[in-house]
Amino acid sequence: MYKKYRISGEGILSFIKDIIVWDLSGGVIYQLYLCGLVLIMMFGVYAYFLQFNLGLSVTNMSDIVSWGFYIANFTFLVGVAAAAVMLILPAYVFKDKDLHKVVIIGEVVAVGALVMCMLFILVDLGNPLKAWHLIPGIGILNWPSSLLSWDIIVLNGYLALNSLIPLYIVYSHYHNRIPDKKKYVPFVFISIFWAFAIHMVTAFLYEGLPARAFWNNPLMGPRFLASAFAAGPALISVVLGVIHSFTTFKIESRVFGKLRLIIIISAIINLVMLFSEIFKEFYTPTHHSQSAIYLFFGLDGYDELVPWIWTGISMNIIGTVILILNPGRKNPLINLPASIFLFIGIWIEKGMGLIVPGLVPSPLGEIVDYAPSWVEISITLGILSFGILVVTLLVKPALIIEQQFEKQMDMAAQLIHENNS
Amino acid sequence: MDDSKNRLNEKKFGRRTFLKRFAQAAALSSAASATGCIGLIQNNEMLQLKWKEYFKKNYRLMTPQEKEETVERLERLAKIEKHMDIQMSSQNPINGVLFGYAFNLTRCEGFMECVTACVKENNLDRQSHTQYIRIFEMEPGGMSPETGNGKYFHEVPLDNHFYMGVQCFHCENAPCIRACPTKATWKEPDGIVVVDYDWCIGCRYCMAACPYYGRRFNWSASQVPYNEITKKQHYLGNRIRPKGTMEKCTFCVQRTRAGKLPACVEACPTGARIFGNLLDPDSEIRFVLKHKKVFRLKEDLATDPKFWYFID
Repeated sequence: MYKKYRISGEGILSFIKDIIVWDLSGGVIYQLYLCGLVLIMMFGVYAYFLQFNLGLSVTNMSDIVSWGFYIANFTFLVGVAAAAVMLILPAYVFKDKDLHKVVIIGEVVAVGALVMCMLFILVDLGNPLKAWHLIPGIGILNWPSSLLSWDIIVLNGYLALNSLIPLYIVYSHYHNRIPDKKKYVPFVFISIFWAFAIHMVTAFLYEGLPARAFWNNPLMGPRFLASAFAAGPALISVVLGVIHSFTTFKIESRVFGKLRLIIIISAIINLVMLFSEIFKEFYTPTHHSQSAIYLFFGLDGYDELVPWIWTGISMNIIGTVILILNPGRKNPLINLPASIFLFIGIWIEKGMGLIVPGLVPSPLGEIVDYAPSWVEISITLGILSFGILVVTLLVKPALIIEQQFEKQMDMAAQLIHENNS
Repeated sequence: MDDSKNRLNEKKFGRRTFLKRFAQAAALSSAASATGCIGLIQNNEMLQLKWKEYFKKNYRLMTPQEKEETVERLERLAKIEKHMDIQMSSQNPINGVLFGYAFNLTRCEGFMECVTACVKENNLDRQSHTQYIRIFEMEPGGMSPETGNGKYFHEVPLDNHFYMGVQCFHCENAPCIRACPTKATWKEPDGIVVVDYDWCIGCRYCMAACPYYGRRFNWSASQVPYNEITKKQHYLGNRIRPKGTMEKCTFCVQRTRAGKLPACVEACPTGARIFGNLLDPDSEIRFVLKHKKVFRLKEDLATDPKFWYFID
């Protein structure tokens, strides 16, 4: 399929031109897929237009549930972004050759997730036109006091690292050059620490609020990491499955096996920590357990989240168990539904299941239910489509260049071999 | 350029025609300015004002002159947009003053006159029924509003119940201030925790950080009936808040810095609310702190509120 994609020349201009041409060309299904994403995005833009004009009152948030679906998705996606480290770490530090071949896909998924994170924050702002107040110099960034300022710094830094490193490597490969390790490996190591930082800081955002007993929990940071390192690689294996099935870029089944191991270990650690939290809340229910009671069983007749969280936890456990049993020993694609299950389970638990109960009951003990409005859902779908579009448009040219570079390398190796013999 | 053109015209049409045309043009332009053009000119002024407002600094970084200018701009904008004469103040805190508040649980009978007065004084949004003050109807046996009923609609006082008012406690160690990513909320030297409504970006992290539910958000543009708007306003106080920003109780900064009591204290028919200068040893609030058994809510969180409850 990639045979028709040719590198047209040299230099940055032809690099950009080729990427655009490759991205826009493709079969009917590919074109329809792109159009579908753009349509959903456009509906999201329309919904945001309404929200921008009328205010956040078009959401179902209130003074009590002051953060909702947007922040829930933001929190979850920070984890997906951080999970790229689960490919980068073995690929670069332990020199794992199988994972090295797909590490670029992990990095691109991280970029897509980060772009979505930023958009979710932006649409959650009451005053998006004044977002420049956050930029040091022209505005004021309340660093180091506000955890939100830390989060802004680490997320932007991680986005820069995860876009510039692959860009440099791919750009070198585009010109059939071997990238200079001295130039990028130091940044790879920084990005490994940075991945842990983005998720720990995002956890501290909640963990650092004594006002919210449900969040003010020292297990939050480690549990964020564990759930991220399960959900992220689960998503990456789904993306790999799609690439394997629909393109000429074939993924070896060993890669799926290694990802499966990472997912299982992280998911089990995550479940252990979840159990520990549940034990603390329910063995000696104190005043601070109200939020957990609201989440798992409902409080005073308010129980909108109850079916939601039990679905999430069931999917979480079922996904983990299936992956442990490993029915896809011969064909790893069979394991993908379990990965999707696990992914959705963690999305529920770490999204709405984490944000809403932190705010309910209110500090004065008042309870309201919350479910996103159609505007919130439309904007969210729009942002998700945009993220998927970003991943698609970045992964496709990256894989084309990688494939051609590999071919060149093989030919060069053959030539050397022939010369020697 | 214009002159030479005129001279050309003069030659072409002769002096008389020129004068005639000149008169016509003058009449036309005055007619235009009398009708549509005034709107255009005012619109232009409004755009300029809004432009300057958009790029202004955080209130705390403004020089006294810049504060004066923004207040003037906001007054002018209210005039142009709402045809309303407001007087906005940027009065600084008074030296040697630290405000404190005490609430007499024995006296309060839950009439909610304070709530009504607060809503009116502070131009709170009528559409969403925003209230800075909440009154909880409590049964004996507990001292936490969580056990009380914040939504009662019956005759008060109810037998064997007491009433507890809650609002922003203006903590000395306020978690909301620490949370704000843009330093749009801070504690003034007189102890009032304020919000710069024009600097706030509306992220609501302060709201999540507040353990007392002391903060409110403008989910849509606030609506106050034209003739109910309190026109004596303060930049940090009761001016009409823009859409998408935080707001909160300011101990009625527009009143208290001018030597008056907060609206809630003045409105309370039972004298349950006590307000004053904590640095003045002869003030009523100091008397209460010295002679009554006082307590504060959620002291375990080390927020150090300047709002005490006591029982007579």
